[in-house]
Amino acid sequence: MNLSMKWLSDYVDVSDVSIKDYCHAMTMSGSKVEGYEAENAEISNVVCAKILSVVPHENSDHLVVCQVDVGKDEPVQIVTGASNVNAGDIVPAALDNSTLPNGVKIKKGKLRGVESNGMLCSLGELKLTKNDFPYAIEDGIFIMQEDAQIGQDICSAIGLDDTSVEFEITSNRPDCLSVIGLARETAATFGKKLNAPEPRYKGIGGSAADTIKVDVHNTELCPRYMAAVVKNAKIEPSPRWMRERLRASGVRPINNFVDITNYVMLEYGQPMHAFDLKYVEDAHINVRNAQAGETITTLDGIERELSSEMLVICDGKKPVAVAGVMGGEYSGIMDDTTTVVFESANFEPASVRKTAKKLGMRSDSSARFEKGLNAGLCENALKRALQLVEILGAGDVVNEYIDIDNSDKSLRTAPFNAEKINEFLGTDISESDMISYLESLELKVEGDKVIVPDFRIDVECMADVAEEVARIYGYNNIPPTVFKGVAQGMLTEKQQFIRKIENTVSALGGSQILTYSFISPKHFEKMCLPQDSTLRNVIRISNPLGEDTSVMRPSMLPSMLEVLSTNYNYRNEKAFLYEIAKEYIPDADSTKLPCEPDRLCIGMYGNVDFYDIKGVLEALLAKLGINDYIVRRPNENTIFGEAVSFHPYRCAVVEVNGTEIAIFGEAHPDVAENYDIGTKVYLAKLNVNEALSISNPEITCKEQPKFPAITRDIALVCDDDIEVFALESAIKGAIGKILEKVTLFDVYKGSQIESGKKSVAYSIVMRSADGTLTDEQAEAAMKRVLKALSQLGAEIRS
Amino acid sequence: MKEQLEKIREQALSEISDSCDVKSLDALKVKYLGKKGELTAILKQMGKLSAEERPVMGQLANKVREDIDSAIEEKGASLKEKEKQERILSEKIDVTMPGKVQTIGRMHPLNIVMREIEEIFLGMGFEIADGPEVEYDYYNFEALNLPPNHPARDTQDTFYITDNILLRTQTSSVQVHVMENKKPPIRIISPGKVYRSDAIDATHSAVFHQIEGLVVDKGITMGDLTGTLEMLMKRLYGDDCKIRLRPHHFPFTEPSAEVDVMCFNCKGEGCKVCKGEGYIELLGAGMVHPKVLENCGIDSTVYSGFAFGLGLERVVMRRYAINDMRLLFENDLRFLEQFR
Repeated sequence: MNLSMKWLSDYVDVSDVSIKDYCHAMTMSGSKVEGYEAENAEISNVVCAKILSVVPHENSDHLVVCQVDVGKDEPVQIVTGASNVNAGDIVPAALDNSTLPNGVKIKKGKLRGVESNGMLCSLGELKLTKNDFPYAIEDGIFIMQEDAQIGQDICSAIGLDDTSVEFEITSNRPDCLSVIGLARETAATFGKKLNAPEPRYKGIGGSAADTIKVDVHNTELCPRYMAAVVKNAKIEPSPRWMRERLRASGVRPINNFVDITNYVMLEYGQPMHAFDLKYVEDAHINVRNAQAGETITTLDGIERELSSEMLVICDGKKPVAVAGVMGGEYSGIMDDTTTVVFESANFEPASVRKTAKKLGMRSDSSARFEKGLNAGLCENALKRALQLVEILGAGDVVNEYIDIDNSDKSLRTAPFNAEKINEFLGTDISESDMISYLESLELKVEGDKVIVPDFRIDVECMADVAEEVARIYGYNNIPPTVFKGVAQGMLTEKQQFIRKIENTVSALGGSQILTYSFISPKHFEKMCLPQDSTLRNVIRISNPLGEDTSVMRPSMLPSMLEVLSTNYNYRNEKAFLYEIAKEYIPDADSTKLPCEPDRLCIGMYGNVDFYDIKGVLEALLAKLGINDYIVRRPNENTIFGEAVSFHPYRCAVVEVNGTEIAIFGEAHPDVAENYDIGTKVYLAKLNVNEALSISNPEITCKEQPKFPAITRDIALVCDDDIEVFALESAIKGAIGKILEKVTLFDVYKGSQIESGKKSVAYSIVMRSADGTLTDEQAEAAMKRVLKALSQLGAEIRS
Repeated sequence: MKEQLEKIREQALSEISDSCDVKSLDALKVKYLGKKGELTAILKQMGKLSAEERPVMGQLANKVREDIDSAIEEKGASLKEKEKQERILSEKIDVTMPGKVQTIGRMHPLNIVMREIEEIFLGMGFEIADGPEVEYDYYNFEALNLPPNHPARDTQDTFYITDNILLRTQTSSVQVHVMENKKPPIRIISPGKVYRSDAIDATHSAVFHQIEGLVVDKGITMGDLTGTLEMLMKRLYGDDCKIRLRPHHFPFTEPSAEVDVMCFNCKGEGCKVCKGEGYIELLGAGMVHPKVLENCGIDSTVYSGFAFGLGLERVVMRRYAINDMRLLFENDLRFLEQFR
């Protein structure tokens, strides 16, 4: 909402307040000012000038040389290219060292060798249009018809001296989308008097009902409909003061009747419409729901299809306006209009909002109606429009208007209790101060009640009244306090667990990333997911910004791969990244919310291999107190749908008590290629919630062993296909209780070994808790080991 | 025999003195003092001596042994010292060569600040609550006093999954879950991702982070809200930080306020950073609307509360002078590695 300060001064006098202070105080009392702009801010040293003579330029066909009286002792010479200037014309002249809108600076100089001491201005150069001065031409010098002194500053001469303040009005205060509403707030903020007389008009007698018939068929969606008639209308531009105010409010002047409806909307906040009677067939206005299949061509020339829940204003035959939203093509005022019907009505907010949204056309009118206007406003607005018709001499006002009023007129009140308000705010404001704050906002206090004026749709309960008190008292005058009571601020187990993961992976060298939770479905192809993959069952956004952000990710992997790709293509030579975030798994019942499990995802490339990412995962699991796990290849029953995105021979899952909690390995070469990563990529995913449920947070200190250990190293030769896990399991089983540790320290394949075989070397530490182990015990254990290994086909390397 | 002993001593001492490494010194020890050494060989001849001579020679032999022994020990110590010095000298390195690279991963800047704010509130006795990001309309809007067709819904362009399920536009939705499940006193913050269908550019993102705060108890006042936010801002921006509350409208709070923090650049004077305002808008807050309390089954005549919502990106971008929000989600390591 742009407020003209000149217009405001009709209703409240703030001439003693600087514009800066005004804006600040209004913001702090709840009407937020976005900024202000003086119309003349960019224009300086431009004056009204009289052309004394015009002679052709000696070196140019299209330039002329003018002698111009600018109110000084001597005339000045100005060269212009315009062809519409003649001696005697009064024009705006930008003198040497003047400024114009859009940062234009004018200095004296020579044009084709002839001295020019400034510039004669067109409307456009003053940032004006033909709408502001209808008698002027667009492409030529602005030949002024205003009363002006020669040498007078142009801004004061043509009324470019208003200041426009831009307010951001919140949706609960449609009453402030008006000059009077803001004047009321201004008066309360500065403790001034609001001067808002009731509009009056004389009229020529008669009744609108003799000219037009109105029927409201849906009083729920149209609680009030008022219509007035103006006869013998003269359609012409409105006077300069009206055009100036509209311009300062950001509205384009059109003609007197359209301008009056806009003027009243800006002043009172009540949208109005003016119909030309001759386009209202049968002189009959019907307010009803649209019929299925009906269409209307709106003022903007677009044909729109209506649906049956939309309220329309119809004549005897067809819709002529969409109620509260926009008029139809022929519903407006034309140059030849003679009888005007003013509509001032109240429409149900939700219906206007839905209709405007569905038709995709929000207007100043719908923006007001959808927030909820009070039906009482219709009458004053209509009277004001009729008053303006008389002030402008635009036509003859028929005295009696039509008023079909089904609006709720019950008195609204809110509770008032000064003590409770103080308790709620933490203040100590006297009751009498509270009452005076409220009454400055026209909220009358009667005993333990506040009588809510009909323009304040937002005041209902004690908290609402407290807010009114607080904002006039000043939010920042409320003393800051600390609330009482003790409470334990602590992290939940899961929050602690997640922080532990972050700290551990960061300490291991991983940098944390943060990605969008929605992804493109194109990732499914890039990840090589089969058509029947469970991961293709996703939460889809019905109104996404675009396909790239249209589904909630069912897996963290694509987000990670995308970031790895970004880094690879930025030529970052290596990366070790991780993210802990959510995946979104749809419920079988689509009316239920999806599951949002927490996942850790790790991604690496550059001078790393499978065992690097495995090492990271092992270190993390150890830190999390997860020790009894096995690592194996995923089978076809794996819970990880992403298994297909991994290298088939370089991928493993971590399993605890039959539950898979993690998958890791090298990305499938096709996947790396699809993500445009020209090197090997390693990925891991850990199911955080599942890991938490099996992690052991308890730590019990063990005593250090008392008796010495015996260490035996063995080197074995076996088929390359035998996994070391099998060898280790055999060793563990064979040694039994006295095994302390078995460590793989070498794997060799090559010329010293038969092809298809490998050599594996272990260091085995044995120790007894009950006494010093004897060599015989150790030898016996090693014999068992060799036997068990030979059953696997692994023999001692000779 | 005496001469022999004297000769051995003389010869031994001279050879010991001449020896120049530990190895040769060890050989000398064997040569003179070993089982088959020269001194032992002489002592074997003791039996041939007279009873008078025997103790005298014995004494002399022991003295010779002691002298040789201590000479070897002395020489040994000095040789070891010498060798150590030589080794140390040979170990000279170029200390200006680069260290071996050890990488400690970095936290994401949003997480760094998020954790910092969480710590502040944990210290004030708040708990941290989580809630779903894919949410029912009821929790995101309706329970928060935003019924269908409420005009304020327009200000939050919403991603919908179905008519009834959406991506939460505000962490305020968690308020409702908490109040439904926990009776006052309630003190929680709820940080997390929120979603708005804003086109992505330097200052807008369709995904961003909010930190919601909620306190509900008997006798909670608007002054408590101001006091709590003031404490937060002083911890975040220093003790001289000031805040200012401006009346605003949120459907779920009444009174509602937008909270500005004093411009850290000009300290309230007005500058380019704050567009001449002296203050920068940072968060929204207010007293929990009685309808919201009632919607969650809390008696609004007994309990009151305050709530606030802070946009994390704004705080992070300001702190680290990040001028494009997209950088936060692009995850270029060269960007991430700047954060400590």
